[in-house]
Amino acid sequence: MSSYPLRDDIFSEKPTEEPTRAGFGRGLKKAGEADERVVALCADLTESTQMHHFKAAFPERYIEIGVAEQNLVTVASGLARAGKIPFTSSYAAFSPGRNWEQIRTTITLNEQPVKIIGSHAGVSVGPDGATHQMLEDIALMRVLPHMVVVVPGDSVEAEKATLAIAQNGEPSYLRLAREKTPVFSTDDSPFTIGTAYVLREGRDVTLCGTGTMTFQLLKAAQLLEQQGVSAEVVHVPTVKPLDETVILASARKTGRVVTAEEAQIAAGFGGAVAELLSEKLPTPLKRIGMLDRFGESGQPNELLDYFGLNAEKMKPVIQEFINATSQYHREG
Amino acid sequence: MGQQLTVSQLEAKANTIRQDIITMLEAAGSGHSAGPLGLSDIFAALYFDIMNYDAKNPDWEKRDYFFLSNGHTVPVQYAAMAEAGFFEKAELQTLRKLGSRLQGHPERTKLPGLENTSGPLGSGLSQASGVAYALQYLDREPHRFVYTVMGDGELNEGNIWEAAMFAGKYKLAQLIGFIDRNNIQIDGNTEDVMPLEDLRGKWESFGWHVQEVDGHNIESIIDAASMARAISNKPSVIIAHTIPGKGVDFMEYDYHWHGAPPNHEQAKEALTKLRTLNGKIKAGE
Repeated sequence: MSSYPLRDDIFSEKPTEEPTRAGFGRGLKKAGEADERVVALCADLTESTQMHHFKAAFPERYIEIGVAEQNLVTVASGLARAGKIPFTSSYAAFSPGRNWEQIRTTITLNEQPVKIIGSHAGVSVGPDGATHQMLEDIALMRVLPHMVVVVPGDSVEAEKATLAIAQNGEPSYLRLAREKTPVFSTDDSPFTIGTAYVLREGRDVTLCGTGTMTFQLLKAAQLLEQQGVSAEVVHVPTVKPLDETVILASARKTGRVVTAEEAQIAAGFGGAVAELLSEKLPTPLKRIGMLDRFGESGQPNELLDYFGLNAEKMKPVIQEFINATSQYHREG
Repeated sequence: MGQQLTVSQLEAKANTIRQDIITMLEAAGSGHSAGPLGLSDIFAALYFDIMNYDAKNPDWEKRDYFFLSNGHTVPVQYAAMAEAGFFEKAELQTLRKLGSRLQGHPERTKLPGLENTSGPLGSGLSQASGVAYALQYLDREPHRFVYTVMGDGELNEGNIWEAAMFAGKYKLAQLIGFIDRNNIQIDGNTEDVMPLEDLRGKWESFGWHVQEVDGHNIESIIDAASMARAISNKPSVIIAHTIPGKGVDFMEYDYHWHGAPPNHEQAKEALTKLRTLNGKIKAGE
């Protein structure tokens, strides 16, 4: 069995839920307590992005930027040059959506340890619609040299990830969600940047999830088990650097890989796993996520269902993938 | 920074910087001529009078900061830095070549003494604002200043005005910006491409202290910087009126030299002109 501790209520009717941004809010305040170099900048979304806890604790280290995302990250670059550890926050659609070039030039090429916090990512933003449902951020950030990309699976992990990027000395992107999602990890669950975790062991297929999609894969694995399918679930909270060792070991064992993300699969997390497998261990792969289209307005759960991003919709897709690949399935 | 130089010594520095720009660009075979030549007097004033730094210890913790916002003019900064002793002057001839620390557009991680990486326009002022904010509010070091040089065409960028609002709001008094007001950009004259006037009024309305100087009069540049440091309740901008290509008559005022280097014959002619010009660039000449 996997040694990763999971919360015991995750498959109950009412699992504990909290948005990942809430974990960030707690983590940032703790990071500020631990290191006075930590400063926070926000583009007029302080409470939405949960920076208000930090602001209340350290008003002198909180900087309001106004609705100016280009300035948000470039002022942060300057603060980093002056020895600070700047956390910047906005909605992911605006940062890194609007200010990608400034991030590229003044943060990654310039190697300044600015933290880009993109909240309200994914279709689960809901009624605000496609303009605000950021789906391309993983791709945008992961192609930048020096950039670390972390997509925490739940609020507990988001808090740990926030503390980790505060001290990694590198440009880092942290992707957060607006809506409450089930908490599957515990205070004792491990989190290290660059590490993937086997949450559930299996033989027939590897289900790799990033962000809140990992919980859906855990549930899908349980549904598949009822059909006699043994699924391994690998949680990949760090999209870059990707934990090649853990992913390849699982792919070698099961001979089939499925990825799931609340983002474009092209160049996103699924893209990263596809690159890895095709170069190092060609393995049948199915990517679940947004298929080259934008989202639209709706209730969060409605949208996840509509776009096939919940366990119930994933299960038949995975089942079909297993059936379709059975004739050339490489036994581990 | 070493001993105080006289105005004529500073003018000689500016002339040396101009000659170095010509030889660098000729050797590189590509790069921008007009902007760096027009900025030579400002850089001579910055590196040999205005700024506090230690060329042998570029990260000296009491230094003033300098952010070049329009990175394409970096040959003038490289020439000034070499003259100031950050590195050997021979290295200037490696500009834009494979393996060089002197990249076509400046990269902080390549060359000690650079505070930022720049090229895409519009982001230098906000980086300088970030440092100025830290000095004023976080580290409380009132005797250190942050200088930045912007192009005028660069002011088309929205990021500049985001930074102008930010610095105005927080009254970043240790922030001092120079605008290279040479009236040209790639597609033509600034007022034809995208008018900037009333430029003074724009900055004033954003909460800045504004001065205008002859950007080729080193005394005026130094005096304006001194005044800017004395203004303690708002950021300062110095609109420096310059002539693109200044010092090389066939380049002056001609926007075609914005992004072009001299060939061998042109470089030879330019150097001859500069050598006979020594000490003759100042107000009214």
